[in-house]
Amino acid sequence: MQDKNDANRMRKELLIRIIKDFMEDKLAEKIDKIPIELRPKGEPSSRCCTYKDRAVLKYRLMAMLGVSVEDEEDESKQLSSYLEDVLKRNSFDENILSVLDVACTSCVTSRYLVTNACRGCFARPCVFNCPKGAMSVIDGKSVIDYSKCIDCGICTQVCPYHAVIRVPIPCEEACPVGAIKRNPETDVQEIDFGKCVYCGKCMVACPFSAILEKSQIIDVLKAIKEKKKITAMLAPSVVGQFPVPLEQIAGAVLALGFTGVEEVAFGADMTSEHEAEEFVERMNAGDKLMTTSCCPSYVETVKKHVPGLLKAVSETPSPMRYTSQTLKEEDPDALTVFVGPCVAKRKEALNDPNTDFVLTFEELAAMFVALGVQFNAVQPHELTRPVKSTGRGYATSCGVSSAVLKEMKDAGRTDIPDINAQFINGVDKKAVKLLQMYATGKMPGNFLEVMACEGGCVGGPCTIGKVKLAIDAVKKYADGPGIPKK
Amino acid sequence: MQKTKVTICVGTTCYLLGAADLQELETFLPEDLKECVEVIGSHCLGVCKDNQYGNAPFVKVDDELIANATVGAIIEKIYEHRKGE
Ligand code: SF4
Ligand code: SF4
Ligand code: FES
Repeated sequence: MQDKNDANRMRKELLIRIIKDFMEDKLAEKIDKIPIELRPKGEPSSRCCTYKDRAVLKYRLMAMLGVSVEDEEDESKQLSSYLEDVLKRNSFDENILSVLDVACTSCVTSRYLVTNACRGCFARPCVFNCPKGAMSVIDGKSVIDYSKCIDCGICTQVCPYHAVIRVPIPCEEACPVGAIKRNPETDVQEIDFGKCVYCGKCMVACPFSAILEKSQIIDVLKAIKEKKKITAMLAPSVVGQFPVPLEQIAGAVLALGFTGVEEVAFGADMTSEHEAEEFVERMNAGDKLMTTSCCPSYVETVKKHVPGLLKAVSETPSPMRYTSQTLKEEDPDALTVFVGPCVAKRKEALNDPNTDFVLTFEELAAMFVALGVQFNAVQPHELTRPVKSTGRGYATSCGVSSAVLKEMKDAGRTDIPDINAQFINGVDKKAVKLLQMYATGKMPGNFLEVMACEGGCVGGPCTIGKVKLAIDAVKKYADGPGIPKK
Repeated sequence: MQKTKVTICVGTTCYLLGAADLQELETFLPEDLKECVEVIGSHCLGVCKDNQYGNAPFVKVDDELIANATVGAIIEKIYEHRKGE
């Protein structure tokens, strides 16, 4: 999802480094030096100075260790000492995102700016139309008095030269629910977790990479190093993330030291079956609408912003929950790691006793690089657990609905109500309004599929594959035979 | 006229560090190059190990290796190789 840029590159290189050092038992000794090595004295800095660059790197590493940047009490506390704490922890911070204050101060405070295109014209519509008298012409050019400006934007509309522009604040622009705002006292963005739906859109949008997710990678690596039983559960979107077939990805995962690898698609099959049943029951009981529940960010959006819709949200557990529940029933001692494209799953997993950890595709890929795993050099791993092709299709928009629809048909029931399926492909500000309309019961359709990410999970914030190619790859598997029951 | 061969490394290192974005190279090729370039994906070219991952992604234009490859750099190199043809 994230296009090539320096900030992303830096994050990936840092990840690779800490994984490598940790697995070679060198992280404790090396971690405090990483910021200095990457930003040696005398080389050009990307922010105001080398020291600030280093500070930013330190906090980035803290987030990679899964430590809250906001919790730092003692600035002199070293990364190695955080690492010691991390290796002892057995729970995680509830707030899965942090805003890195030293990195975030660079976006404009005011949204409106007069550019050089201003001719100081005779008509001066900006001066006349500004309701607060904030505009005046000084030395032949319009100037905004920011102490009076209320960000109404009238000046941008009336200027015949389009000389006044609106400068967006990327994270605010991206957030569908107004959860990220500037704290006027600190001048830094703050996430209101009472509103945040963990979609990760702010993280992708920020050009300074100032929004960080708290990783659990060290915890996973530690379990691998201690030779614990640990199973990777690959989300259906995985096939669009790497340029090789699923069996080869699975083989590479085992080469990392995971003791098991499974497709979350089989949990998706269970979700479809139960959701189909639930739909029939609900409609026969007189309900007007049921929505999907597999996207945790969507469910969070309903809980926090569209409570009127909550009763329509399916109560069927998500594919991740079914998958980890099944695996824990089979082997309670094996740790379970959900590997996916999603920030919100981190939150969902914190409340799922059967899912021990969450990794992102980016983190998985960094593990391949750090441990020198190449797809062509690993033994492909044949997956044997039966999965339906529809379960594999969950990762693209409309995939969930087609799976549930097919279940209903296959069940061969005669009491099936007419289904009118609707889709919301990506939750943005407009979609939240649309959901509010659904809550009033005035929208058409009795089955609503909602995915917070555009395109479905393949468009998630922690993906590495190109969305278009990823959609094609998922569709190929969704059109395939799946793995039949023996 | 012989086609110029572009080999994009999609080994794990190059893939994560940028080759994922190069996969669509063909769609970015200018009209005059479309017919005379052959793009293929390759396993790890083996250079990431000696060079450290710092210079990935690696791409080969015919036999010439490009480090830190970008769509722009690849296209420029293709033109260079086709000069005089
Ligand atoms: S996009 Fe938001 S978080 Fe990023 S630097 Fe600007 S204000 Fe800060
Ligand atoms: S709702 Fe999404 S965009 Fe808004 S603050 Fe939370 S994660 Fe960021
Ligand atoms: S992965 Fe590209 S050279 Fe090794």
